[in-house]
Amino acid sequence: MCARAAWLGLRAPLGGRRGFTSKADRQGGGRITAAVIAHLERLALVDFGSREAVARLEKAIAFADRLHTVDTDGVEPMESVLEDRCLYLRSDNVVEGNCVEELLQNSHHVMEEYFVAPPGNISLPKLDEQEPFPDS
Amino acid sequence: MAAPMLRWGCPGRRWGLAWIDGGSRHERGAPTGSTSNRIRGQSSVAQQPLHTAQKLKKGEHKWAAVVGLEIHAQISSNSKLFSGAQVCFTAPPNSLVSFFDASLPGTLPVLNRRCVEAAVMTGLALNCRINKKSLFDRKHYFYADLPAGYQITQQRLPIAVNGSLTYGVCVGKRRSQMVTRTVRIKQIQLEQDSGKSLHDDLRSQTLIDLNRAGVGLLEVVLEPDMSCGEEAATAVRELQLILQALGTSQANMAEGQLRVDANVSVHHPGEPLGIRTEVKNLNSIRFLAKAIDYEIQRQINELENGGEILNETRSFDYKLGCTMPMRDKEGKQDYRFMPEPNLPPLLLYDSASLPAGADSQQVINIDQLRERLPELPSVTRERLVQQYGMLPEHSFTLLNEVGLLEFFQNVIKETRAEPKKVTSWVLNTFLGYLKQQNLAVSESPVTPSALAQLLDLLDSKAISSSAAKQVFKELWRSEGKTPMQIVSEKQLELMQDREALEQLCQSVMEGHPQVVMDVKKGNSRALNKLIGLVRRATLSRADPAMIKEILEKQLSP
Repeated sequence: MCARAAWLGLRAPLGGRRGFTSKADRQGGGRITAAVIAHLERLALVDFGSREAVARLEKAIAFADRLHTVDTDGVEPMESVLEDRCLYLRSDNVVEGNCVEELLQNSHHVMEEYFVAPPGNISLPKLDEQEPFPDS
Repeated sequence: MAAPMLRWGCPGRRWGLAWIDGGSRHERGAPTGSTSNRIRGQSSVAQQPLHTAQKLKKGEHKWAAVVGLEIHAQISSNSKLFSGAQVCFTAPPNSLVSFFDASLPGTLPVLNRRCVEAAVMTGLALNCRINKKSLFDRKHYFYADLPAGYQITQQRLPIAVNGSLTYGVCVGKRRSQMVTRTVRIKQIQLEQDSGKSLHDDLRSQTLIDLNRAGVGLLEVVLEPDMSCGEEAATAVRELQLILQALGTSQANMAEGQLRVDANVSVHHPGEPLGIRTEVKNLNSIRFLAKAIDYEIQRQINELENGGEILNETRSFDYKLGCTMPMRDKEGKQDYRFMPEPNLPPLLLYDSASLPAGADSQQVINIDQLRERLPELPSVTRERLVQQYGMLPEHSFTLLNEVGLLEFFQNVIKETRAEPKKVTSWVLNTFLGYLKQQNLAVSESPVTPSALAQLLDLLDSKAISSSAAKQVFKELWRSEGKTPMQIVSEKQLELMQDREALEQLCQSVMEGHPQVVMDVKKGNSRALNKLIGLVRRATLSRADPAMIKEILEKQLSP
């Protein structure tokens, strides 16, 4: 599995890119066009990778869309569920940090004391010749 | 916009490893000056642009440039905005990272009181209205040095709004006249800094250091009330001085504690504003001015040659001295702003609204902070003008050079010489030497007390002013010697012994009978020649006025 997928915490299987046009399952009327997918992939460096992944995305959107069915007429919008709480203020003391070894344990790939990430869009190839990132 | 795009190095630059400062990514999605703001900005600014159009050719319309700035200042605090990890510019990678900064699951933000106070103080110093209630929001974008996938900022209701910053610029042919300009401040918001990315092009990977992730930033948004690079640079310098006076940010641009992005557009006066570009990578005040002026001229040239300006992000290449587009063709990025669910609204109080019996550690009193504000640069300058009778432009120079004001005040404290004399020596001689050798005040070989002593010698007429210049030169060269030592070593004291001087005059006259004849014939230039000869004989240690007086007496029949 590619480092990129791990980095993003996404379990979408790789391979077979662009083999689909997302006319896949229409969930709750939310169809996602190939252009939107391409845009999202480019922004997020996520490879949706397959018809199933796109279907999962569409399902997730449809799930969230159910919020629209809630009747909120006459309900004063809140900014936060915590809006009547006090915001705790911390004094400016150094009490954390110095735990680089523990932190780096979370990373698949480290170099010296750095986390190693894919190169971002530093050398993102053009859309039509895009390949998954090299697994260095 | 298009945050990740900033990771492109400048085209043409291919470094094996290159730090690209991620801080300038923290742009608000909404344009700085929305159209209405920008237009309002134009009508309310009755100031003449410094150079409205550059290199105006005959028959061309005049162009006016419009410049707005977004400035990120790192808050000077011990710990980060929402975590207890240390803030420090130099530390081993990832050593100053808490679990929250690495956005591990289950961690929550805890607001640092100091950062809030710094924002309030900065807002007060910049004449802002402090919002008694402000809100935190999440701004989402994907980048590896932003582990949470969002930045906590204040998009909807920032902590301070509607302020102003007054700065002084030199105008006139000889740039000797000082005028003040004002730029409106749209808002100041608290937000998190990102980590840093180190790009390893060879191995096609990015190394991430999160030490900076979560450091508190003040984003200060200046309305587009400026019209050239110099105005922008001067406004930024003034802001830098204010932040440093307040102690709210060290504002050192070289260390990324102050980062500036400029929005630039050109238009014909009276017509709607042009399309603007955003210039990034401005990491020194000098480059800021250069980049803006370059961008103004580029836009004018583009439009005059029938081209069009794209709303794009450009980066300044300080080596080539030009701005380059930052491959930013993705269209508008959606930051998906949403209220930060883990932070209730930030409430501030004044003495009137302070709840009775509140825990003083948990409330911030704006009035109390206002009382504690230190003297601001504009007030310091006014005081210098009042107290020492110096010109306003001199007060600007004294504050602009790091450490120069302190040096000046130390000299004043220790010398009997007139403040005007001290001002002239510090600003002309001392600063001249520093500039010539490209030294900072702190690197000066001449201490304030040495200069004070020298000015005392001058003041008591123990040495002439030309001898004083010579002593200064020696002081600069030979550290550790006192002015007194140099004066006696080089025998630079003024001759106070009138009799000795009279004898010298006599012998010079005897040595130059022809010149004496000329003087007697009424040739006044001959007298000057005699004075010069005597001065040389005294090794410039005699007061010319005294020599003249003696010679005239001796020559008179």
